[in-house]
Amino acid sequence: MNNSEKKRRNGEAEEENEEDVEDEGRDAWERTYTDERSWEALEEDESGLLQPIDNKAIYHSQYRRRLQSLSATSAASRIQKGLIRFLCVVVDLSKAAGEMDFKPSRMAVIAKHVETFIREFFDQNPLSQIGLVIIKDGVAQSLTELGGSPEAHIKALMVKLGCAGDSSLQNALELVHDTLHKIPSYGHREVLILYSALSTCDPGDIMETIQKCKKAKLRCSVIGLSAEMFVCKHLCQETGGSYMVALDEGHFKELLLEHAPPPPALAEFAIANLIKMGFPQRAAEGSIAICSCHREAKVGEGYICPRCKARVCELPTECRFCGLTLVSSPHLARSYHHLFPIEPFTEVSARQLELSRVASKTCFSCRESLLTPGTNKAGPCAACTKCKQYFCLDCDIYIHESLHNCPGCESRRITPAAASATMS
Amino acid sequence: MATLPSKPIADDVSLLVVLIDTNPFFWSTSSSSLNFHQFVSHVLVFLDLIVRLSQLNQIVVIATGHNTCDYIYDSSLDTDQVTGEGELPALYSFVLQRLEEFVNKDEKLGAKQDGLSEKRVSSLLSGSLSMALCYIQRVFRSGPLHPQPRILCLQGSPDGSEQYVSIMNAIFSAQRSMVPIDCCYVGSHNSAFLQQASYITGGVYVKPQHLEGLYQYLATVFAVDLHSRSFLQLPRPAGVDFRASCFCHKTTIDMGYVCSVCLSIFCKHHDKCSTCGSVFGKAQLDAASDRKRKASES
Ligand SMILES: [Zn+2]
Ligand SMILES: [Zn+2]
Ligand SMILES: [Zn+2]
Ligand SMILES: [Zn+2]
Ligand SMILES: [Zn+2]
Ligand SMILES: [Zn+2]
Repeated sequence: MNNSEKKRRNGEAEEENEEDVEDEGRDAWERTYTDERSWEALEEDESGLLQPIDNKAIYHSQYRRRLQSLSATSAASRIQKGLIRFLCVVVDLSKAAGEMDFKPSRMAVIAKHVETFIREFFDQNPLSQIGLVIIKDGVAQSLTELGGSPEAHIKALMVKLGCAGDSSLQNALELVHDTLHKIPSYGHREVLILYSALSTCDPGDIMETIQKCKKAKLRCSVIGLSAEMFVCKHLCQETGGSYMVALDEGHFKELLLEHAPPPPALAEFAIANLIKMGFPQRAAEGSIAICSCHREAKVGEGYICPRCKARVCELPTECRFCGLTLVSSPHLARSYHHLFPIEPFTEVSARQLELSRVASKTCFSCRESLLTPGTNKAGPCAACTKCKQYFCLDCDIYIHESLHNCPGCESRRITPAAASATMS
Repeated sequence: MATLPSKPIADDVSLLVVLIDTNPFFWSTSSSSLNFHQFVSHVLVFLDLIVRLSQLNQIVVIATGHNTCDYIYDSSLDTDQVTGEGELPALYSFVLQRLEEFVNKDEKLGAKQDGLSEKRVSSLLSGSLSMALCYIQRVFRSGPLHPQPRILCLQGSPDGSEQYVSIMNAIFSAQRSMVPIDCCYVGSHNSAFLQQASYITGGVYVKPQHLEGLYQYLATVFAVDLHSRSFLQLPRPAGVDFRASCFCHKTTIDMGYVCSVCLSIFCKHHDKCSTCGSVFGKAQLDAASDRKRKASES
């Protein structure tokens, strides 16, 4: 039971908290103090006595502030997200990656967090692709082709982990340029370099390469692990990326994960496009068919191209026979709550609730009493501006952070519905 | 914990949230061997079975109507009625009475809206699913010791493609909270939404072959707790329908056009995305090569 409690994820906010707990940077006792800073919340009343802290109210007001700031950004900028991204992750595995200022080593820390990053990236960018590049012994080497399978990338990186030689930024940029410049025009081309070294050992003029990347609209970002370098800063400025240097492991992870959510789509970086796609059915378990990708007879576990009925093993892919882009529609649907966000609920004071006509004084969606426990008085709650239903503060948070549906609005027909015609 | 101090809860204690489809359009037109009253009586015996399996089991019934959704029954609110020996008819008559009230209310709400669109015969599944998930979150909040929740959709109406986005939102939230959505579909065609719901959340989807034996399906597949479920040979899904709804006409499609900026789905080619406002460039590389390939094929 406790196990399930731990595994259960209530919403994005909680997910992050959970990950923080795994941080090994500080001792546990230090962490509780730095994270919570509980003393700062203490308040005195007029006579100087300490007042009890209402954690729930604080939590809710924090959430409301977050929600307000989110809804303040215009709808257009919220929607304009370049959701089809082609990202090359460049990992510097020169001998500087072996240094042990990060525990146990920079390399191990990078590998651990790149794994988290790759999973998070595909969760947030379902149609995007990643390619891995490493720098070792002064040369850049492509570890994986651009692809959509997180497992393949993670496996390839873990196998190749080990550092040697010098680092070469120019070689890496030339390689990613060759990979990225041929992708379709609707895609966002991005490069993320995790740079450990303090120098770059290049065969030619790196400034020329930087201009070439700029021309090819590669957005290059660098996360440094040692100290700031001019050439990295210059690269990021020229190409519109971000340059940051990590202070410690926690900071590194934070910087890395900032690259997981889609960046605002700048019109100059990619052309919007309508792409024809198919949403294949999953074949019945136990059915046997020859797949078009491996040319093998397989039992169950496959998808059927809606246009030519060919069988493919994995999504997303392109049908080998008719060329249709095949995706799993739930993958697309994961980001739809960005497109149709529900508006923030309005706060209802205890007095307003008291005066309201809602007889039951319970939360519309979970049926929790809206009265403060122990008393018969109304507590604070929230109301949907559209359906006018009342919700408890916990549901308010859950609805906006995880569910992304208003149960009240979903429980009514807004448009005129079918009536007596079909009724007997 | 705080709520049930004297009752330790094991992992085989369930919280079952049952969503009952009461849509009059479906039940009045269904030509199947099961009418609404027979359906409800099968379900009542099944609910009775759940509370008899363990006295700690909790059931919540939510009705999915055509115009509204509402809570019908919550066993945690009237424990004396259910756990009392030999008083089970009380559960039956209570649920029946509440269902009847609900159906009347639902019908009245429908009568108020006079605009006719005969096409729309779906029920408000997104509403009842959202309510069920909020209820389950409340149970999660009640402390570390809580019954294992699961949702059972007893659905017969066809999918309401206008609810596509909200149902998908609910499915993903259930998946994040690790709440399985089970489905027993009594309609004539399969439900693509519920197939996806079960597939994504790890629930079971069943479309009974013989509706007159509905209770048997319910009792054998959906009665056991999640822990014991792993020991069962459950029906294997006969494929999952991953079709989506287009944003422009709300029709279910298996092929369509997707906006590369916001991923909105359209059934026809547009010049401008109605969701995000992007104007689509002329560089139709994919579509062009697509057409070429098609032309050379035929
Ligand atoms: Zn294959
Ligand atoms: Zn095909
Ligand atoms: Zn609530
Ligand atoms: Zn609402
Ligand atoms: Zn359409
Ligand atoms: Zn769009």
